[in-house]
Amino acid sequence: MTNKEIIVTGIGVGRGLVVGDVLRMPDPLPEPTKTGSTKTTEEELVRASSALDQTAMDLRARGVQAGGMAKDVLDALALMADDPMLLADVKERINRGSTAERAVFDAFAGFAAVLETAGGYMAERAGDLADVANRVIARIMGISAPGVPQSETPFILVARDLAPADTALLDFDIVRALVTTHGGPTSHTAILAREKGLPAIVGATLANVLVDGDIVIVDAGKGEIVLHPTADHVADALVEAQSRQAARDGATGPGRMADGHEVQLLANVGSSSSAGAAVDAHAEGVGLFRTEFLFLDNDTAPTVEAQRAEYAAVFDKFPGQKVVVRVLDAGADKPLSFLTDEGEENPALGRRGIRALFAHEEILRAQLTAIAQADEASLAEVWVMAPMIATVEETEAFVGICREFGINKAGVMIEVPSSALLANHILEIADFVSIGTNDLTQYTLAADRLLGTVANLQDAWNPAVLRLIREVGLAGKMTKKPVGICGEAAADPLLAVVLIGLGVTSLSMSPTALADVRAEISRFTLSEARELAERVLSTRNAADARIAASAVLTQ
Amino acid sequence: MASRTATIASGHGLHARPAAMFVQAVNDSGLSITIEKDGREAPAGSILGVISLAINQGDTVTLTADGENVDSILDSLVVFLETDHDAE
Repeated sequence: MTNKEIIVTGIGVGRGLVVGDVLRMPDPLPEPTKTGSTKTTEEELVRASSALDQTAMDLRARGVQAGGMAKDVLDALALMADDPMLLADVKERINRGSTAERAVFDAFAGFAAVLETAGGYMAERAGDLADVANRVIARIMGISAPGVPQSETPFILVARDLAPADTALLDFDIVRALVTTHGGPTSHTAILAREKGLPAIVGATLANVLVDGDIVIVDAGKGEIVLHPTADHVADALVEAQSRQAARDGATGPGRMADGHEVQLLANVGSSSSAGAAVDAHAEGVGLFRTEFLFLDNDTAPTVEAQRAEYAAVFDKFPGQKVVVRVLDAGADKPLSFLTDEGEENPALGRRGIRALFAHEEILRAQLTAIAQADEASLAEVWVMAPMIATVEETEAFVGICREFGINKAGVMIEVPSSALLANHILEIADFVSIGTNDLTQYTLAADRLLGTVANLQDAWNPAVLRLIREVGLAGKMTKKPVGICGEAAADPLLAVVLIGLGVTSLSMSPTALADVRAEISRFTLSEARELAERVLSTRNAADARIAASAVLTQ
Repeated sequence: MASRTATIASGHGLHARPAAMFVQAVNDSGLSITIEKDGREAPAGSILGVISLAINQGDTVTLTADGENVDSILDSLVVFLETDHDAE
């Protein structure tokens, strides 16, 4: 029998790659029929309430067995099974002539609909409800609830979607990867996979064709499932899997490429409490310390002393390491009553970022005073940068004010195409630059990043954005000054390599992304990264850019 | 009849884990407590009722109840709601 290779794609979670046998989780129970009950109301009531009780007890018992976070999840599900509002609804339906199973089905569906209307995080909890409903209905009908398959040998779990009750008891030594046909990047499956470091591909609609015993390659890094792989393909995948794993395991130190070239891996931090996560993830410092949290929800700017204390709390976590503080970035997405002008028709193009600070220079000066004071008392290497710089003159003005406060390292963010194109002049004045890829993409594509209808344009892989970054990289090389990245782009492992190839010297990202990026960059030499960047720059659009970069990976 | 208002501190609002902990605490109190947000009410002992109010961080809710030790019970529930459980 010869089967052709079939490739199914979805959204990959993590960078892992595994080869293994498929085991499918049975699909949900069929919907109970609407036929009226032939039993008495009392009999149906007993069937329903005892099944609800027993399901709650069962879930709590599983919670005790699983412990930890899983216990919290299962306890919450148990509360759903013995919810008083639900029970009242079930009783009412039975009193109107419904069977116990149909009453439970309809009652849960009613609550699930409410959650789905709420959207987002709430809608994803609707899946939890459906899962509890299935367990209760199966119990009423005296059949086994659909659950995760049991196996002694490792397998790749394929399911429609996974609910917390399914995954709480999963043995992660046996399950090699997760594949779902439904659910998105914020589904329970995706969150769990990230937490456990398990490769997963979610929303792979066509994975429906997979059956028990199929041999597949799951490549989360590429978001690809290969069905019926050739023997050669499997052999290659196993080698690749080993090297990826080794890279990840060995990746705890500073950022280093395969040839030893150093790239600082830093964390984005929004408050002193989030700085701890950066330390845990072996960040080499902070590449973006957002200071907005001190100012939001306030009618007036906080005092110098209050600011100093908060800055000091972050600086103290990074002795001997770099902390890049961004001065207050009030803007379209985070207006501040005392700083931003109201009623601008186009706030993203209005008086925001450094423009607002220059209009209220007392706020900038107070902040720089607090930063300088905190710096003096700390062992961290404190750098300061300004957001939304569009001109060389703004750079001169900002760096000038910083010098008055004795700040040694004053830089600017490159978020506006004009400053990317003039980066050589800007870097003659500033000590460093840091590229904010989210805003740079928004302004390059003229697409509001807060507007869902143009979200397809918000993609930092767009070669137009990457060409602007190349300008900045070249300017950094010429002036021998640091060029950092502190946008989402730095957290995309493969894009991070491209950025290094474009001349970027440090990458700052959310702490959870550090391990994958650290592992990815260690697989390439600097000259390979440069070649990769060249290929990507010559493409026509973001999709082609991704393909061009991924093609290198498979070579 | 006693009532208290509280401002939700948890980053994800009163969903999932904090909601379950809250409902458990309400049930353990033995009182029949009502939770209200923006004019909509639900029994505080019902996780589905609490979740369907879609209570987010920064929202203000009112708890109302009657019975023995009502004041101290409501006070401790307010403390619970005004603690950020997602940050723990």
